[in-house]
Amino acid sequence: MAFPRSDVAPAGAPSTAAPGPTAETAPTVVKIVIAGGFAVGKTTFIGSLSDIEPLSTEAAMTEHSVGVDDAGGVSDRKTTTTVAMDFGRISLPGNLWLYLFGTPGQDRFLFMWDDLVQGAIGAVVLVDTERLEQCFPAVDYFEARQIPFVVAVNCFDGVARHQLEDVREALAVPAHVPMLYTDARARAATKQTLISLVQLAMQRLQTA
Amino acid sequence: MIPVDPLDFPADEADDEADDRAYAVRPYALTGGRTRATKPDLALEALVQAVASPDTLGLTPERRRILELTAHQFLSVMELAAHVELPVGIVRVIVSDLADSGSVRIHGLSSTSTAPATSLSVLESVLNGISSL
Repeated sequence: MAFPRSDVAPAGAPSTAAPGPTAETAPTVVKIVIAGGFAVGKTTFIGSLSDIEPLSTEAAMTEHSVGVDDAGGVSDRKTTTTVAMDFGRISLPGNLWLYLFGTPGQDRFLFMWDDLVQGAIGAVVLVDTERLEQCFPAVDYFEARQIPFVVAVNCFDGVARHQLEDVREALAVPAHVPMLYTDARARAATKQTLISLVQLAMQRLQTA
Repeated sequence: MIPVDPLDFPADEADDEADDRAYAVRPYALTGGRTRATKPDLALEALVQAVASPDTLGLTPERRRILELTAHQFLSVMELAAHVELPVGIVRVIVSDLADSGSVRIHGLSSTSTAPATSLSVLESVLNGISSL
């Protein structure tokens, strides 16, 4: 690797070092990608678990993709324009930091996904059954790259409007992909969603 | 002393801008027009830790801000982008430069085959951690 090891001060480092967090060991960082269409509840999902207030940053380098919003008829439900990526952080015992990265599911954003999924535990595809088509690209993407993912059907208002098997069929999600209901606002439900994903990732590792 | 990057604009002009949000220049001006970091595989979740003091002379406002933010805590490239309100691609370039000049340390540089997510014991810790939330 072309980089200096992180535990060694780089050559030429200033001697007048700031009193940084040198005494601490840097946390081990892992991440999970939360993919889904606009207004499906990604930010709410992240916020239900994050230690920090979910933050947002522009992911795209190019200006032309900034400010595009096709939320269309649902803009009353989500007014913020989000080419931005939302993310949150969860501190876990053992000096572990888990980042949750929310990313738009539309296929025109796929160019930034390679970066996102690199080194990720896996992904949660958050589904709004009223707009199923929004998650096709995400399902295809993770399936093609054999990235562990679960499909979580968000129950707005706590009501499941469709049978999971119907959603599976409509999305053409293979039988080996776990599918479950979730509620982006409820910590118990979002927690369970992440647990399913991590268990899946562990199974994959064990059988690999 | 840190060598001043010739690409930086003069400090005496930029220093008076107290409001970090009000960048009067286009983001690419902050990177000297570059869109690629010297560490292209710098992960978005790589943690940044300041080594140099934010009071170092010749720092641009966003560089100083990054050093301030990471002086007492680890922050990921992604978090820094949100805090300095610049696109993450721009922050990636700036953080790479800061690392090259020895002003910051980067932990968890890139996602290689040794990525934590590929370790069963790490995943077990994650699973236990989430379960106990």
